[in-house]
Amino acid sequence: MITLTHLLVVSALLFTIGLYAVLVKKNAILILVGIEFMINAAILNLVAFGRYDGAGYGGQIFALFAIVLAAAAVAVALAIILNVYKHYNSIDPDDINDLKD
Amino acid sequence: MTMNLVLFYLLAATAIGSALLIVVMQQLVRSLFLFFLTLFAMAGLYVFALADFVAVTQVIVYVGGVLVLMLFAFMLSNKTLLNDLQQGTKGVFTTLPKGQAMLVAALFLVVFMAMVNQIAVNPPVWIAEARANQTVIQAPDHTIHHLGVNLMTRYVLPFEVISVFLMMTLMGAAHLARKENKTP
Repeated sequence: MITLTHLLVVSALLFTIGLYAVLVKKNAILILVGIEFMINAAILNLVAFGRYDGAGYGGQIFALFAIVLAAAAVAVALAIILNVYKHYNSIDPDDINDLKD
Repeated sequence: MTMNLVLFYLLAATAIGSALLIVVMQQLVRSLFLFFLTLFAMAGLYVFALADFVAVTQVIVYVGGVLVLMLFAFMLSNKTLLNDLQQGTKGVFTTLPKGQAMLVAALFLVVFMAMVNQIAVNPPVWIAEARANQTVIQAPDHTIHHLGVNLMTRYVLPFEVISVFLMMTLMGAAHLARKENKTP
């Protein structure tokens, strides 16, 4: 029997790995992948707790919303990364230090 | 040890293992393909929480959409960008050294485990109520039917807001990504 705790432990581990990737990676696409890990961990939590909401199905519906929002975020973030590269010739977050040219 | 549990541990190990490998790996293309594996394993884990529709959506949107988008953005970019992406550049401000990052991540993990333990020992009131009232989602339930009905009745406002938001972000992404005209 898979209990709530099983799923929560997996989600905690995945979130931690995502956090580590965001902190330590030097290139923007892998930082994005780390953020995706954290979002996936959050979705797993939503789904795991949503099992106890048989009347409203709130957890599963908001998991669907979170998936859609993550997809939109990736589309915008990749467009921004490519544009930033065109402008600064680098994707290191350190080099991007002014708002307006 | 039932089949159920064996499958669960297999999927969890795949998800966590490939995620760890992505973090360790140096080559970007390989780590993107491993990301594929993590997402599939996560979809499998959603099934164990009886969210089959969410699992299917995960496969369609993430594996079919996000990952293809990432690979295309990566492969359609020019050579120098590819090299930069592959190696990364030096940074001292926004990126932490490995040891410090590991410390932060480990502390987060400790906090999470404490919370998981807390929830396992004395579950929240609403979970106990759901268990008492038998409103926990069971395996033979028609989840897709209930999802559809709830999406169109109780959650119709968030649904509409998300639709408009999605349209706006996709238009914004297309606007950001198009070629800039030099002459104003």
